[in-house]
Amino acid sequence: MSRVGLLALGALAVACVLPHLLGSNYAVNVVTMILFTAFLGQSWNIAGGFAGQTSFGHVVFFGTGAYASTILHVSHGWSPWAGWIVAIGAGALVGLVIGVLSFRAGLRGSYFALITLAFAEVFRIVANSVEFTRGGLGLLIRADPRPENFQFRNPIWFYYLALALVLASLAIAFWLTRSRFGAQLAAIRENEDAARALGIDVLRAKTVCMTISGAMAGAGGTFYAQKYLYVDPSIAYGVEKSVEMLLVSMIGGAGTVFGPLVGAAMLMGLGEITRASSNTQGLSLIVYGVILIVIVAYLPDGVIGLFRRRSGERGAPRA
Amino acid sequence: MLSFDILLAGVINGLAAGAIYVLVAVGLTLIYGVLHIINFAHGSLLMLAMYGVYFLFRSAKLDPYMALPIVMAGSFVFGYLLYRLVIGRFSHGKDENILLITLGLSIIIDNAALFLFTGDTQTIDVPYAGEIVAIGAAFLPVAKLIAFVAALALCAALGLFMQRSDLGRAIRAVAKERQGARLVGIDVENVFAVSYGIGIACLGAAACLLMPSFYVSPSSGHAFVLIAFTTVVLGGMGSFLGALVGGFVIGITESLGGLLLGEQLGQIGISLIFILILLVRPTGLFGGGR
Repeated sequence: MSRVGLLALGALAVACVLPHLLGSNYAVNVVTMILFTAFLGQSWNIAGGFAGQTSFGHVVFFGTGAYASTILHVSHGWSPWAGWIVAIGAGALVGLVIGVLSFRAGLRGSYFALITLAFAEVFRIVANSVEFTRGGLGLLIRADPRPENFQFRNPIWFYYLALALVLASLAIAFWLTRSRFGAQLAAIRENEDAARALGIDVLRAKTVCMTISGAMAGAGGTFYAQKYLYVDPSIAYGVEKSVEMLLVSMIGGAGTVFGPLVGAAMLMGLGEITRASSNTQGLSLIVYGVILIVIVAYLPDGVIGLFRRRSGERGAPRA
Repeated sequence: MLSFDILLAGVINGLAAGAIYVLVAVGLTLIYGVLHIINFAHGSLLMLAMYGVYFLFRSAKLDPYMALPIVMAGSFVFGYLLYRLVIGRFSHGKDENILLITLGLSIIIDNAALFLFTGDTQTIDVPYAGEIVAIGAAFLPVAKLIAFVAALALCAALGLFMQRSDLGRAIRAVAKERQGARLVGIDVENVFAVSYGIGIACLGAAACLLMPSFYVSPSSGHAFVLIAFTTVVLGGMGSFLGALVGGFVIGITESLGGLLLGEQLGQIGISLIFILILLVRPTGLFGGGR
């Protein structure tokens, strides 16, 4: 077995026993949220990093997934597990629709960023206004910690679920670095017109990419709703979560397999440190804004790029 | 059904709100027209200017209208330096980099405001706050009427400046053809920074006109980001006339949307216009084919 394979197996073994070593539920929760944030970041990274379609409204898929399973569960008595499948489908569908609409209209770069932001805003306003989401009050899921309800007395189970999500997302990202489809996305990211001239069906590739990305974020929505047992329009469709997804991916390394994981660990770690040292809000995000600017200016491959450059290893297909 | 009077009042209220949007959007469209960048920090910088007005009033008892020249000058210098020291230096001239850098700036500014000023909503208490004038069927606070007139006057002044002054001509030259402008001896980087500064100075003016009838909190900028972009996209990126018409259309849409659909759902009109324009005619109403 290769060195990289052994390393991956080792990391997986550590990840499996980690929650038992941490001791406190609080620590388990923090690590769970790191994994979950990494998963959402990977969803952004599939579209924003690998395909270069910078979205400012990725929360729209997350929120739609959260609402889909929660409404089915609370108002129609569905099992959240069945709802989860619907949520993934709903996220994929929204990704498909937004992708088809925006890409057919030829929106790129900043324009694509703006229209995704506007779509998220439309969803937020609708969720705030209509009856079946209970508007601004939000939806409360009744606490009943049984596995069949997607609720667990021991937070370790959420940790393992988040770990499974991250592994699945890493597999998708890894596939993109090796597959023909991933190569097409990289070509589109680097030069869309050249990619089209080479015979790549640009519209189809970008739309498929958004659909995958939307399905992933939709899956994240159900996880979040079941973990906190609550959804409201600003959680589900607030711009903060869109920015968080973009940040962890950009800072860790957009278009790299492990970038979102590194970025999420940094963001959450920084958040914990600043929370411990002062009670004021916002400090960690100030630091993060600064890091974002430095990354954009000097490190297009993110923090991951630092290590890659040093070890001289050939990285993901990113110019 | 709503009576004609109520609709008319809605339109007049919308025009008053629209004047402020025009002022915010003019700065954004100038920055886009010249630098070809989307200034995502626009809302955050407006919020910062509003805090400036608030603190000038609190500490020096300076009336927001009296503070207008000071805040505009301060905003200009701030914007100029921001471009010179951060945006221009770190973007390496790539559009998408600038989008992310201005996003980073807005994250920093918003959270610094939260850190320094707390999340509380702040208002200033001017003596004329309660005064109201009747215009047709509408009752408009004096502050909004002043904002309407002043915003239009400022736009006219900016238009004149762009048409007649040497600097205005240089800015237009750079907007049209960077290389050519450089060849005839225009300091392009300086024009970029000046244009950014003027764009932010417009925000300073908007802040002074807003504060007597509005409030400020670290998230105030958010309310204006999408509105400003919608205005600019609707009118056509880089078009002054577009920003003018767009601002009023948005103001009226928002006001009538609120009347017809209620407070919550009424906000949807702006986002829908934004999406539709981007999908159907991304060059906007008055934008040239780019």
